[in-house]
Amino acid sequence: MTIAANRIVAGEGVPAWAVAAPALVAPGLAAVVLGLLLGLPLHWPRLRLLGAVIGLGGLLWLLMQGAPALLEGAGDYARVSPAIGFWCLLTILMLLMADALAQLAPGPVMRGAMLGGVLATLALILWSGALAPLSVMQEFSSRRAAFADAALRHLALAFGSLATAAVIGFPVGLLCHRNQRLRGSVLPVLSFLQTIPSLAMFGLMIPILGWIALNVPGARAFGIAGIGFTPAFLALVLYSLLPVVANTVAGLAAAPPTAIEAARGMGMTPNQRLLRVELPLGLPIILTGLRIVLVQNIGLAVIAGLIGGGGFGTFVFQGLNQTATDLILLGALPTVALALVSAIVMDILVELTRPDATRTA
Amino acid sequence: MIEIDRITKVYNGVTAVDAVTMTAESGTITVIVGTSGSGKTTLLRMINRLEEPTSGEVRINGESTLATKPHLLRRRIGYAIQGHGLFPHHSVARNIGAVPRLLNWPKEKISARVDELLTLFSMEPDQFRDRFPAELSGGQQQRVGVARALASRPDVLLMDEPFGALDPIIRARAQDDLRRIQRALGSTIVLVTHDMEEAIRLGDMVAVMDGGQLVQHAPPAEIVTKPATGFVADMVGDMERPLRLLSLVPLSEVMEDGDAPGEALPADSSLRDALSACLWTGRTAVPVERDGLPAGRVTLDAIRARAELGA
Repeated sequence: MTIAANRIVAGEGVPAWAVAAPALVAPGLAAVVLGLLLGLPLHWPRLRLLGAVIGLGGLLWLLMQGAPALLEGAGDYARVSPAIGFWCLLTILMLLMADALAQLAPGPVMRGAMLGGVLATLALILWSGALAPLSVMQEFSSRRAAFADAALRHLALAFGSLATAAVIGFPVGLLCHRNQRLRGSVLPVLSFLQTIPSLAMFGLMIPILGWIALNVPGARAFGIAGIGFTPAFLALVLYSLLPVVANTVAGLAAAPPTAIEAARGMGMTPNQRLLRVELPLGLPIILTGLRIVLVQNIGLAVIAGLIGGGGFGTFVFQGLNQTATDLILLGALPTVALALVSAIVMDILVELTRPDATRTA
Repeated sequence: MIEIDRITKVYNGVTAVDAVTMTAESGTITVIVGTSGSGKTTLLRMINRLEEPTSGEVRINGESTLATKPHLLRRRIGYAIQGHGLFPHHSVARNIGAVPRLLNWPKEKISARVDELLTLFSMEPDQFRDRFPAELSGGQQQRVGVARALASRPDVLLMDEPFGALDPIIRARAQDDLRRIQRALGSTIVLVTHDMEEAIRLGDMVAVMDGGQLVQHAPPAEIVTKPATGFVADMVGDMERPLRLLSLVPLSEVMEDGDAPGEALPADSSLRDALSACLWTGRTAVPVERDGLPAGRVTLDAIRARAELGA
């Protein structure tokens, strides 16, 4: 753990065993060591899962005991943050947990329940105020309103662009599926868009939309401007089109050719074929496309902070400018959590839409 | 009755089917046989307008197929293909009920029909109704595919190499099943195959296609004994001809009174089976039974006389 005189200067390290009175620290340390030991056996994933949970509990205990103890008498502006050792242990324990879960391969419902449980625990810990003395949480409490605003903005950017890309991309994918020549020209253009570096894309939006705002009557009233929400949103939509269109095309092509031939031969119209055969069989692939887009956009939306688009990126860039690491974390941690949760939820959806036959066989 | 009238299909200047005219009578199986690229599949697919003819027309029970929209036409014509083409995401019952559902049959009528067909194909409805295609064996999948094609009691059933993906033992059983079911339902079937053995075994009439043209359209015995061209003779195979011919004749046709030693054969098995039994067990005659009761015998001489007739 590190303690610093204020939020800017570099902190000085305090080893885990010295953060508080030995009697308080010991159970936490013991739990971490026990957790790591339980994680060692190769063939007992349940044991490893248990070890990871115990270890994470130990880390949490150390944070809860250490932070107030260190702050005591350190001055009004003093800040406590977890240091490198904490982050390393956190990573190792999370990896153990992920590995154990991969071996156990729980069903979609079970995974949903686990995710809910983890989120509820996390919410309970944050809400209880046990971690309030930590620097990140202090940054949060001084920016409560701004954080809620940024969270809404971030969600609006990520999910809004996903929805827009789906509304545009799905019909385009459908047309590409029906028309070979269209596919040949649309997909390369979208691939090219995908290769534009994200910063350059945001930069490019500024003059283009700025010009539109100046020269198209009514555009400004519509909220179109060179910087802010609109260019960020537009850039995200453009990035999303390739995965949506490409996966729609791939999904619709996933139905076995003999099934399509049979559908034609029994007198289904092209629309009936789409709704009853191609779409149900391709849905997992199409949803996988949406999953890629969602996770990608949650990450990319951080950069929107740079052009005034709002979202968690605002904190990241403010933090960078002020060399305030904890402010960066305040932007980065929720983004990572959001991306992880979305990925897991989308995976569960993909699994649920898989045709029964392939699930049971 | 299906009347095919001077039907032609040209792809990019290449004639795939060249002015073919033939008639398939109601309640019969017509087998179109030919090598790959002979135009046999194109000919079949023009009947339900999966391919549009370049010229000529097809009439089913006197009505031109051009008078109906293609998808409505196809709902009246059963269609079974190689590799079954079942919908992997639908249960057996939904697969079989696909066409009735397109025709908006009421639910109870569909499920009754599904059970009826499963029973007809010797698949216990309670056991198979809710399974998915991936949970069935190859032979079962193929039977469900044919059951689906028959579901709406179509006027006509088209089959494109329906048994092509099956191993020989399952295939023979599937062919027998088809024959039995066709007799029971009196359906009109047009079936495409590259296998002359299958054509002779199943067909009431055999149509041989070569290079887009219909080279011979005749009962199987005539195809074997009087091949119209060298190509047809090649398809039948010179060495195989007497055996092919014998396989067409049931024992009941040459049976005489009397008795013979050894195991008896049923009266509806072919002379080829009887010849095989004679040679294998060193007998000069085999006893014949009908419904489990002795009915007479078939001698090796009688079999030989029948095989020489073809020469």
